Amino acid sequence: MSQITLADRPPGVEGSGFFATTLDKAVGLARANSLWPLPFATSCCGIEFMATMGSTYDLARFGAERPSFSPRQADMLLVMGTIAKKMAPVLKQVYIQMAEPRWVIAVGACASSGGIFDTYSVLQGIDEIIPVDVYVPGCPPRPEAILDGVMRLQDIVKSESLNRRNTPEYKALLEKYGIATDNG
Amino acid sequence: MDKLDNQQLLAQLQQHFAEGIIRYEEPYGLLTIHTKKELILDILRFLKDTAGFIYLTDITAVHYPERENTFEIVYHVHNLVENVRIRIKVSIPVNEPTIPSATAVWAGANWMERETYDFFGVEFEGHPDLRRILNMDELDVFPMRREYPLEDPNRVDKRDFYFGR
Amino acid sequence: MSKPITELTSNRPVFEEHDPEEELTTLNLGPTHPATHGVFQNVLQIDGERIVSGVSTIGYIHRAFEKIAEHRPFYQITPLTDRLNYCSAPINNMGWHMTVEKLLEIEIPKRVQYMRVIVMELARIADHIICNGILGVDTGAFSGFLYLMQEREFIYEIFEEICGARLTTNIGRIGGFERDFNEVAFSKIEAFIKRFPPVLSEFQELFTRNRIFIERTSNVAAVIPEQALDYSWSGPILRATGVDYDVRVQSPYCSYEEFDFDVPVGTNGDVYDRFMVRNEEMWQSMRIIEQALQKIEKEPKGVFHADVPEFYLPPKEQVYTNMEALIYHFKIVMGEWETPKSEVYHAVEGANGELGFYLIHDGGRTPYRLHFRRPSFINYQMFAPMSSGMLISDAIINMSSLNVIAGELDA
Repeated sequence: MSQITLADRPPGVEGSGFFATTLDKAVGLARANSLWPLPFATSCCGIEFMATMGSTYDLARFGAERPSFSPRQADMLLVMGTIAKKMAPVLKQVYIQMAEPRWVIAVGACASSGGIFDTYSVLQGIDEIIPVDVYVPGCPPRPEAILDGVMRLQDIVKSESLNRRNTPEYKALLEKYGIATDNG
Repeated sequence: MDKLDNQQLLAQLQQHFAEGIIRYEEPYGLLTIHTKKELILDILRFLKDTAGFIYLTDITAVHYPERENTFEIVYHVHNLVENVRIRIKVSIPVNEPTIPSATAVWAGANWMERETYDFFGVEFEGHPDLRRILNMDELDVFPMRREYPLEDPNRVDKRDFYFGR
Repeated sequence: MSKPITELTSNRPVFEEHDPEEELTTLNLGPTHPATHGVFQNVLQIDGERIVSGVSTIGYIHRAFEKIAEHRPFYQITPLTDRLNYCSAPINNMGWHMTVEKLLEIEIPKRVQYMRVIVMELARIADHIICNGILGVDTGAFSGFLYLMQEREFIYEIFEEICGARLTTNIGRIGGFERDFNEVAFSKIEAFIKRFPPVLSEFQELFTRNRIFIERTSNVAAVIPEQALDYSWSGPILRATGVDYDVRVQSPYCSYEEFDFDVPVGTNGDVYDRFMVRNEEMWQSMRIIEQALQKIEKEPKGVFHADVPEFYLPPKEQVYTNMEALIYHFKIVMGEWETPKSEVYHAVEGANGELGFYLIHDGGRTPYRLHFRRPSFINYQMFAPMSSGMLISDAIINMSSLNVIAGELDA
């Protein structure tokens, strides 16, 4: 028999035969433990992500069992590796194609800041074109670091309010990047 | 059969292209000849068909802004049987950076020449598809020329102030 | 004058003008396609599932390595070479060090050479593990990949023990290594030699006689040697066509001439042969590592770099206490080396083929020009021409058997 650990229940009110919590927390719990990753792997960090997905480190333990290669069905965009300026529109397109709620992890120095490649052809960090939730340092980060990044994102997802994506602040954020909002 | 060495190879080349071999040197045992661009295809064909240099290792260019002939196109060719390499150099000026394409001799020269064009703006005449390969099509400079900076000059976030300069 | 006939009849229905059977579909494969394992874009014209023609677009992670290299002193170029073929970074590191040592005419002690051989062959195994594992994934057999990936973690543990990093190792220095292999590293290498062969045999058993695998790969993308040489192929894919060109044998570096190993060649040049050649190369790499371990035993212990204080950074604690070390440290870091004005081409057998470094030096602090002859870049240019006439599914496994690494492709 396999040993299954259950996720901790969110804080709430408990009595005999009932458990009450806010909808935010229940949805956040569900979302955080079923993040479908979209690996946008361009270079070295992608190889470390391969190790993260592989047998030794096993990203599936965190509910990210199914790497979704279609942006439409993914929640978590993992940008791994250098994004050249030639690639930037493609990345932005992929982000736009993702359905809300969507989160972005910039894995590695290149995706976070351009890394050692301060050149005419490299985008100096993906946050110039899309909003980023978690940055994972390292060149490349170890699989443990990538896992840690995913866990940090889980924390963010758990505590995100259901209304966040409709707030004017969020719309302003997307507008800053020139990304049209669906319901606005 | 004797092993082909640099001296024999040089003698063969000088016999066929007497005037064409402008000068030669042997840095670290690799025979390097300088030739003219009119002769480059003939020399490559001779090397491939007669001397057994069937393997084109690489084509690249070097930019010497202070020289009269600014660009030096460098070919590395390899004789796999005799295990001899040879380097061929052609100098061309910046205002007329053209050279015949080696794609007529080796199909593999295609991307090597496209890369050289992309970086240096050297026009390979007779190339089937001379477009940029690595850089964006919109780029209007040839970035490996020495006058162009490494860093993106349009950056706004990198002020000298932050670096104590 | 009557109207021309064409104008009179131009009102006819559109569908008569085209035969739908002859229409081609344009398929944009990439640049982010899960089956391409990297950022390659191919715009294919397809007729049903058959590819009629294709155009490759590359450069999606172009990082301007050659331009950066013109601004970096020699020892700072090593981290760049890591990121060329990141699946086998140590080979690139060593290749670059050897290029500089060739330029500076540094004599390397035998023990260091054997240590380098061990590191390079481990890297070759790691690279082939990825390529062959992924080939299995693409043909529908995921389990082989998982077996091998676990072994690759052990190789990375060895690298970690030697230099502290897993993937982009920055291993070694000009003149040798920055520290000796410790006991743990040696015992891990020995343990790896014992544990890897059974796994590799098992992996081979899963594939080599597997009917599905053979039908998917045999006679797919077969290349004749003349064509491969015309396109300047090198490495395992060239050897799969039957040409026994291996830089380790042709122009030995790092004392490869002392080692007893075979160069496997294929006969058909198809995907199956490339798979077999890579598999056999892993066995040969194991042989080389075993021999290198034996040879190291006979060499004096504790030697891990050449005695070239003017190029090899002294240990940091000596810099603070020893006058001479401080001077050398200063000279190296400030780039005040006496270096020859010359040019040098050095090639090593990378995991994908001949990895060449063409270095032109004008005596300054940085190279005047450094050009990488990147095997992936040169191997990949045949992909689009050879795809025409192929099925899409065959083109995909052809691409994974070429083992094109995006970092090396785009530099």
